[in-house]
Amino acid sequence: MKKSLLAALALAGLAGMAWAADDDKAIQALVEQYISTGYQQGEKQHLERLKQDETLKTCSETRNKPSNDQMKAIMEREKATIKYPEGNKMLGNWEKGKEVFNTGFGMRVGVIAPDKADKPRGGNCYACHTGDPKEVAAGNIGNSLTGYGKARGSSEETVKYTYEKIFNSQTYMACSNMPRFGHNGVLTPEQIADVVAFLVDPASPVNK
Amino acid sequence: MVKLLLPGLLISSLALTAAYAAGEPNADAYRQMTYGDRDANPALLVVDRGEELFKEKRGPKSVSMEECDFGLGKGVVKGVYAELPRYFKDTDQVQDLESRMITCMTTVQGFDAADLKKKTYANEKANEDNTELEAIAVYIASQSDGMKINPSTSHPKEQEAIKVGEALFYHRAGPLDFACVSCHGADKQRIRLQNLGNFSKAGPDAQKAIGGWPTYRVSHNAVRTMQHRIWDCEGQMRLPDTEYGAPLSVALIAYLAAQAKDGTYVLPGMSR
Repeated sequence: MKKSLLAALALAGLAGMAWAADDDKAIQALVEQYISTGYQQGEKQHLERLKQDETLKTCSETRNKPSNDQMKAIMEREKATIKYPEGNKMLGNWEKGKEVFNTGFGMRVGVIAPDKADKPRGGNCYACHTGDPKEVAAGNIGNSLTGYGKARGSSEETVKYTYEKIFNSQTYMACSNMPRFGHNGVLTPEQIADVVAFLVDPASPVNK
Repeated sequence: MVKLLLPGLLISSLALTAAYAAGEPNADAYRQMTYGDRDANPALLVVDRGEELFKEKRGPKSVSMEECDFGLGKGVVKGVYAELPRYFKDTDQVQDLESRMITCMTTVQGFDAADLKKKTYANEKANEDNTELEAIAVYIASQSDGMKINPSTSHPKEQEAIKVGEALFYHRAGPLDFACVSCHGADKQRIRLQNLGNFSKAGPDAQKAIGGWPTYRVSHNAVRTMQHRIWDCEGQMRLPDTEYGAPLSVALIAYLAAQAKDGTYVLPGMSR
């Protein structure tokens, strides 16, 4: 009797799982449907922005907790996207980098309150990270970067890692919250090199 | 009165910004001082205007919105917002306050939906007065002041909307790779000095946020509704303009309201 009870429980469990999977599929289908009707239509809306790549699909489905295999796949795929500045000059000008770090970017689309397309873009890094400790309004979603260069130095290795992390954050952490600034075309390779300098240059307020 | 109030707010805000520069990055006490007096909330003027618009015979059919059913029967406004979003049989849809207003204004008053949606929000950069939709929404919502947040969840479509809303909350897209959870998924986070509620779990953060909307946003010099809040968040994510009252925004609002269940509405709210 015990055996048959166990079997019944197992069956019920399997049925439950199957039902849950069907349910998830139905919900996912509605997600797609609601996205297709949830935004205003027209050229100015840049609806292509709604399209997810493989990486964002995995991150969304796993709620930013990918399996080990998925992590590996994401990090390999994202590393392959990295483009470097001309002459591989990944260390730019820290004063220019400070501007990029502290400037909110444009890129708003639509018809209600769009940004001008030619508005210079920043990284808005301080919205999430402390850089210059004198900036009290810095956010805290990202880790503090104060003293970044002091702690890590400015070796070729550090510069390359920092550049790659900003260009495509998911190279080093699958499903990171941080935007893939270079990969998504928010910042140019040169702007990223300037931010690298802002972080590692001993003269930058980050390291004072 | 609104115009007179603002210079005062600006001066106190400047003085307090200076005071806060020395301490921990936190603007809570400043906000309490600035927005603490409910009787001084400029939204009250918009609520009055909304009431007039609601009761006036309007539209091609010259009918008042008192002929509409917001979930508790024709003409009832008291407590309806506290139980929204909910499933409506006549539209066979889960609707939030604002999508239900569009249903009412088109089917009962005879307005054209596309016309109504042409201008949903006041443009704060042009210092515009609130739109009629914003005024009517804050009037209806304010009739649930002091009540428990208690969205209806008994109908399968209501449960479905909450689940879809939750999945959308984690859906990443756009040039910044953001989802709602990128900013609203952990405790005590800030974008710059702005505190961010953790809406990935039910409880106080969601209760405080949902319980205070619609709100008078001092930085906008205007009342803002939940449809505007969702549109604004999507804009910060650099996604397209949301379609007013579409199932996408309604599902997100249903999810947030479910996370806020058992909180209390304090309406109209007042915030940054």
